[in-house]
Amino acid sequence: MKILFQYIIFPGFLFTAIVGMIASWIDRKVTARVQWRVGPPILQPLYDFIKLLGKEIIIPKGASRGTFLLSPVFGMSAIVIVSTMLWLVILSPENSFTGDLIVILYLLVIPSIAVIIGAFASKNPLASLGASREMKLILAYELPFILIVFIPVIKAGYTIKLGELLAFQAKNGVFLNHPSCIIAFIVAIMCMQAKLTLVPFDMPEAETEIMGGAYIEYSGAPLGIYKLTRMMMLFVVPMFLVIMYMGGIIFEGWHILWGILKYVLLLVIIVLIRNTSPRVRIDQAMRFFWRPMTILAVVGVCLAYLGL
Amino acid sequence: MAKTIIPVGPYHPLQEEPEFFKLHVEGEKVVGLEIEIGYNHRGIEQLCEQKTFDQVPFVVERICGICSTSHPIACVQAIEDAGDIKVPERALYIRTVIAELERIHSHLLWLGLAGHFIGYNTVFMWAWKYREPVLDICEKLTGNRNHYAMMKPGGVRRDIDENDFPWVLKEMDKLVPALDLFKGAVLDDPVIHARLKGIGVLTKEEIINYSALGPTARASGVAIDVRRDHPYAAYDRIDWKVITCEEGDVFAKAVVRILEMYEAASIVKQCLKKMPKGEIDSKPKEIHPGDGIGIAEAPRGEVYHFTRSDGSNRPARHKVRAPSFMNVPTNHIAAVGGTVSDATIVLAAIDPCYCCTERMAAIDNRTKKTVLNSQDLIRLSQEKTERIRKQLGK
Repeated sequence: MKILFQYIIFPGFLFTAIVGMIASWIDRKVTARVQWRVGPPILQPLYDFIKLLGKEIIIPKGASRGTFLLSPVFGMSAIVIVSTMLWLVILSPENSFTGDLIVILYLLVIPSIAVIIGAFASKNPLASLGASREMKLILAYELPFILIVFIPVIKAGYTIKLGELLAFQAKNGVFLNHPSCIIAFIVAIMCMQAKLTLVPFDMPEAETEIMGGAYIEYSGAPLGIYKLTRMMMLFVVPMFLVIMYMGGIIFEGWHILWGILKYVLLLVIIVLIRNTSPRVRIDQAMRFFWRPMTILAVVGVCLAYLGL
Repeated sequence: MAKTIIPVGPYHPLQEEPEFFKLHVEGEKVVGLEIEIGYNHRGIEQLCEQKTFDQVPFVVERICGICSTSHPIACVQAIEDAGDIKVPERALYIRTVIAELERIHSHLLWLGLAGHFIGYNTVFMWAWKYREPVLDICEKLTGNRNHYAMMKPGGVRRDIDENDFPWVLKEMDKLVPALDLFKGAVLDDPVIHARLKGIGVLTKEEIINYSALGPTARASGVAIDVRRDHPYAAYDRIDWKVITCEEGDVFAKAVVRILEMYEAASIVKQCLKKMPKGEIDSKPKEIHPGDGIGIAEAPRGEVYHFTRSDGSNRPARHKVRAPSFMNVPTNHIAAVGGTVSDATIVLAAIDPCYCCTERMAAIDNRTKKTVLNSQDLIRLSQEKTERIRKQLGK
């Protein structure tokens, strides 16, 4: 019963959805202000979602029905599990279990995989193109992303338990004080941008090239669930970085505000990158992640190994 | 392997007009391109033949919303050429001012759209924001933000007020820092370099073979510009230069357009300072029989109008050729061989305007004979309108 409550209400689905919608609103509002527009009201993400739920669901002819409809749910449930796990660890580090870091790394890929499966199931050439781009993007950013996750693990004495990483940071100061982790953090921000498929890495959906790519055949509730997943990821992925490098959120007086500021800082960085660069080509993205980013990540791992 | 076709059009978020590019792709690579236009034929040439010479500029103004003064200028020049009409000096300067203001807002519009096509929405919004003051100037001088209705055979329809000049000059001065901003943001951004350099390359020979025009040609080092080669309006009395680039890729086209905006701003300022006083209209009474050709440099390239007068008050024939008609086929070279991601910006790099380009002929495939001529098309269109009216019960 308690687990169900945690999964569905707090800190699982409902909480993540609400904070994700607020994050998405901040993103849209700041973007609008940067672009000299007015921007949407605060409830707009909610309106969008509810409206999509009420729309007709069209399943393309020849599509694999079950896969097509289930993949959005598949992606969303994975991201809700990640959010539940992260928040339980933040609330009290004892809620962690050995290897939860690995589980989270796996679960964070699942929303992208769900997009790929849904796109291929929809039997649309543009969706396949979007899915193949998404696949290449995963291949590109996962390598440096996993490398930089190693760095805090090495710093904290080879533990793959999130709770111990947090406890270590609470005792010895945040990881971001070390040069190796600063390198890791820079790489992490780029990987995060790609994980969220935001500009400059939004080629899987690229509306002016392939008209929404992977999402092209989706309508109504499944599209709404995809959008909600994207909003949740806007909350969950930066939160993961806050835990890994910035010492999480400590629930004690002013520390709560400080913790929220850490998240908002990451959100602002995301929005700024998104508004000051054009979309790159998929081959350029792969080159970017496999060359400079991977080299940086390897340098970071070496530095961490040397104790810097 | 079966060929996969990626459709760009007829309805596509890339371009706002109906056009259809069939991209034959293998993976992400474009191996072939089919261009289909003709979704928006309006029969302007035939319509012109039913209007008087005074009304024709209004009709041709509607060919394009963005080059809405290049077509009338070319048109009135064709009529003036046919009827040997002199144009007062002041009218020539006014024509130049309006044409250059149009060039600035058209190039800003393209810059914004190009930013949007490569996912850079901030450039999109900013370019369109800085386009607003230019449209305000147009409104102040002519009364309209677009479709200025200024041109008439023998001069201009409306004088512009000397009292507005200081304000216009101030606004033009304010525009230059904004252009500097775009120059910095677009030309120095490493990601834009990575994205736009070396794609959609058109060499000098290809440009000449395809007779491409305007900024598309100038970006490949072909220095053609009607304003210099066949001066009209007041361009030969003003100090300005033709902008060219050598590379021929999409980036060079962006550079040419951005630098042309500086030239245009300078031309407007010089014109306002040198504007002579006097008549604006030579009030021609009749057009004697004869042929006339008028050409003007639209923001997209050379606009060509031909008119034939048989001595009546209507043109016996009016022919229009818009620059996109020459520029669109270059996509066969520019887009093929690149990737789908590049294809979209390459297709848009010529700043296409499909409505201007539309033309139509119904040809029987077996006998190769024209089945429908312009009169038949007009009749068909009128019948259809009647049918729709009946259906609606009006």
